Amino acid sequence: MATSHQASGIQAARLDAAGIAENFSDLHPAYDAHEAAVAADRCYFCYDAPCMTACPTSIDIPQFIREIQAGHPESAARTILEQNILGGMCARVCPTETLCEEVCVRETAEGKPVEIGRLQRYATDTLMEKGEHPFTRAASTGKKVAVVGAGPAGLAAAHRLAMLGHDVVVYDARSKAGGLNEFGIAAYKSTNDFAAREVDWLLQIGGITMDYGRKLGAELSLDGLTSAYDAVFLSIGLAGVNALRAPGEDKDGVRDAVEFIAELRQAEDLTALPVGRNVVVIGGGMTAVDAAVQSKLLGAENVTIAYRRSREEMGASRFEQDLAASKGVKLMFNVMPKAVLGNGAAAEIELEYTDVTDGKVSGTGETVRLAADQVFKAIGQTLEGQPDALELEGRKIKVSETGRTSMAGVWAGGDCASGGEDLTVTAVAEGRDAAMDIHSSLMG
Amino acid sequence: MADLTTEFLGIKSPNPFWLASAPPTDKEYNVRRAFEAGWGGVVWKTLGSEGPPVVNVNGPRYGAIWGADRRLLGLNNIELITDRPLQTNLEEITRVKKDYPDRAVIVSIMVPCEEQAWKDILPQVEATGADGIELNFGCPHGMAERGMGSAVGQVPEYIQMVTEWCKKYYSKPVIVKLTPNITDIRHPARAANAGNADAVSLINTINSITSVDLDSMAPEPTIGGKGTHGGYCGPAVKPIALNMVAEISRDAQTRGLPISAIGGVTTWRDAAEFMAMGAGNVQVCTAAMTYGFNVVKEMISGLSNWMDEKGYTSTQDFIGMAVPNVTDWQYLDLNYVTKAKISQDDCIKCGRCFAACEDTSHQAIAMSEDRVFTVKDDECVACNLCVNVCPVENCITMVEVPAGQIDERTGEVVSGDYANWTTHPNNPSATAAE
Repeated sequence: MATSHQASGIQAARLDAAGIAENFSDLHPAYDAHEAAVAADRCYFCYDAPCMTACPTSIDIPQFIREIQAGHPESAARTILEQNILGGMCARVCPTETLCEEVCVRETAEGKPVEIGRLQRYATDTLMEKGEHPFTRAASTGKKVAVVGAGPAGLAAAHRLAMLGHDVVVYDARSKAGGLNEFGIAAYKSTNDFAAREVDWLLQIGGITMDYGRKLGAELSLDGLTSAYDAVFLSIGLAGVNALRAPGEDKDGVRDAVEFIAELRQAEDLTALPVGRNVVVIGGGMTAVDAAVQSKLLGAENVTIAYRRSREEMGASRFEQDLAASKGVKLMFNVMPKAVLGNGAAAEIELEYTDVTDGKVSGTGETVRLAADQVFKAIGQTLEGQPDALELEGRKIKVSETGRTSMAGVWAGGDCASGGEDLTVTAVAEGRDAAMDIHSSLMG
Repeated sequence: MADLTTEFLGIKSPNPFWLASAPPTDKEYNVRRAFEAGWGGVVWKTLGSEGPPVVNVNGPRYGAIWGADRRLLGLNNIELITDRPLQTNLEEITRVKKDYPDRAVIVSIMVPCEEQAWKDILPQVEATGADGIELNFGCPHGMAERGMGSAVGQVPEYIQMVTEWCKKYYSKPVIVKLTPNITDIRHPARAANAGNADAVSLINTINSITSVDLDSMAPEPTIGGKGTHGGYCGPAVKPIALNMVAEISRDAQTRGLPISAIGGVTTWRDAAEFMAMGAGNVQVCTAAMTYGFNVVKEMISGLSNWMDEKGYTSTQDFIGMAVPNVTDWQYLDLNYVTKAKISQDDCIKCGRCFAACEDTSHQAIAMSEDRVFTVKDDECVACNLCVNVCPVENCITMVEVPAGQIDERTGEVVSGDYANWTTHPNNPSATAAE
C-alpha cells in the first residue's frame, strides 16, 4: 500500500510501482517508422540551414532528415554521429527549443518546428538497436592520451582520439561512466538505462580503457598524468555546489538537488526513494526543474520552484518551465530564501520577495512562508578540485577555441572549461574539437 | 447552392460527377451505394462477350505511389474487364437504371474487333434501358494482348470502324474512351469523330510499372516473382489528361465534340479545371477507390460553392471557357516580361529559391549574410522555378514589367506590342511582322 501524498515528512512509496512507471516513462516517446517519415517530410531541406548553424556540434540536420525520408535511418545516424558521438543522448536531452528547433524555418512559418530531436533519436536508436558501431579505428599511432572525467566531453574526446589511432585511458572518480548523462538529467529523458548503454556502444570503437574510482587531486595528479601520457584532456565537470547562505541550511531535509537527482538516477526501485510532502526547490536552471518535476512524479503533494529573478531570466527554457507547470509544479519568481525553519528538520521556508535593479537582486522586505519538509538547492555548481597550475577565466579553467589550457600538453573541455553553455551537446563539441587539436599536435 | 444538373449528350444527371468504368462500378451493390452517396452517374465496368468469364490474376492487382503520409498519389492496376457473367451484369444494370431513373447509367463494352461481336451484344445492352455506351479502347493490359482495349485505341482506323458499327446497331449515345498510350491524342479522337461518335472520354490508364522490389528484383505489383505493366491513374496523371483534353477541345477537326474527362479528378477543383478545358462532365475512379464513395460530397459542395462565387448558374456557363487560352508555344507573347518578387514579410528564409536558382537556373537570387533573399532583376528570366519550389504559397510572385519600362536583364524597353516567335528575327522561317 503506497503512502499517500498527504503523508508528512520525507517518505518513500508515495506512489505504487504502476504510478511510478507511468510518471517516469519517456518524455518524448520514440517515433515509429511511419511517424518518422511524416515528421521528416516536414523538413524543407533548407539551404545553409539555420538548424545546422544553431547546433553546437554542427550536425548536418537537413542531410540526416533526408536520409530518414529516403528510408535509410542508419545513414542518418552516421551523419549525426560523425559530428556528435553522443547524438543518441543529445537527441533526448538537448534543449532543442533553444537550439536547432528554435531557428527551424517551420517555427518561423507556423510556430511548429520540425521535431529534429525526435528524428535524431529515431535515427540513432535504429542504428544502436542493431548493436552496430559505424566507425573503425585508424592504425595505432603509439600515442597515449589520458582523459580525466567520463562525462560527455571526456567520452567524446576519448572516442575521437581512439578513432584516430591513439590509445586512451579514461579516468573517473565515480564507479560508472557517463557523468551528468548518468548521474544528472531527469530520468524521463534517459529511460531504460540509456546512458550506460550508450557508453557501452561508444566503447566498441576499441582502444579506450576505463579506469574508475580515480579522482584528480586524490588518486591522480596532473604532474603524474603529463609525465605518463603524451597529452591530457580534463573534463572534470563542476563538482562543487553553491550554498544557500541562509540560516537553517543545515537542517535535515535540506540537500543539493544534484545529489538527489544522482540518487534518483541510480535507484533500482523508485518507489523506495523518499521524497517530501512539501518540496521547495531553490534555483532557476535545468537542475531546479529536473529536481522539482521528479519530486512531483515521485508523489510529492506540493512542489514549488523559487527563483530569485524573473521568468525571462530563468535558465530553464520556457519549454522546461511549461513542462514543470504541466506536472503541477508551482513556479515562483522574484523570491529568495531567507531562512529554513523547523525543529531539527525543515518544516517551513521563509522567502523574501526581490527587486532586480541593474542586474542586482535585493530583498523588498516582504516575506512569505511555505511549508517545506524538503528543500533542494539548485543554485549552481562550481569548479572544484582543479589543478592549481592551470590558469582560470572567471570560475572556470581557461581554454582556447580548441581547448588548450595554459599548460602545454593539457587540454580541457565540458562544464569545467571556459566558453560555451553548460550543455551536453556543447561538452561533446568541446571534447571532439580538443581531440582533433590533440591529434594534430601529437602528429604534427 | 448552384444547380449542378448537367446534360451530357442529352443524358441528364444531377451533377457532372460520374464514376468511371472500373472496379467501383462492377456490381449492382457498389453502384447502388454510389448513387446513395450522391454520384451523378456511373459507367458500368466493361462488359465482354458472352462466354466463359474473364479470368483475373489471384495475386495483387494494384500498385501505388505514395507521399510521405501514405497519401496515395498514383495507382496502377492489372485488373481486366468484368469477370462476372454477361447476363448477371445486364440484369443488374436493368434493375439499377429502373430504380435510379435520374442518374446516368452508361455501359462500357469491349468485345473483339469483329462486327458480329458488336452486333450480338449491343441489342442486349440496349434492352437494359441504360443511357448510353462507352467503348473501352483504352485498357493497356491483358485485353490488349487479345486484340482489344488499347490495341484498338492505338489504331485510328479500327476506332472509326467499331464506332460506325456501334452507331449502326445501337440507338443511344456512343462514347469512345481513348487510350493515352499513343503519340498524338488528336488522331484517335478524329477517328472517333469520323465514326460519328457522340463523345470521347479520356484518358484511360497509362502504361506503367510503379516500382521494383529490390529484394526480389521484380516489378510491382509482383505475382509469383514476375510483374507486368499496368494502367496508371490517380492524381499523378491529371496534368497528362488535362493536356489531352485541351488538345481535342481546340483541334479544328474535333472542336465541339463532347468530352467526358477522366484522369486524377480528386476534388471539385480538378473537375472545374477539366470542364473549363472543354469537358462536359468528369469521370472519377481513383479518388473513390482511395477514400470511398463519400468523396463526391466534397466535389458537389466545392463546385457549387465556386459557381456561386463566380455567379455561374449552370455548368454550361463555364464549360470550355479556358479553351481559347490554350495555344501553341510559337504564339506566346515574347514581349510579356515578368520578374520574380519575394515578399520579405512572408519569407521564412529556407533558402530553397536560392539553392534552386543558384544551382540549377540563372543565378538570379541573392542571399545576404542574415538570410535575406532578393531577386536580381538583371539576371531573372522569370522561369518561375523559385515560385514552384517555395514552400510558402504566394511568397514569391511573378510581377509583370509594364510596357515602357526597362527590362534590366536585356537592357531594352519593354514593348507593349504583342510579338511571337513566328515574327521573331531569330526565327529562320519568320514571316514579316508588317
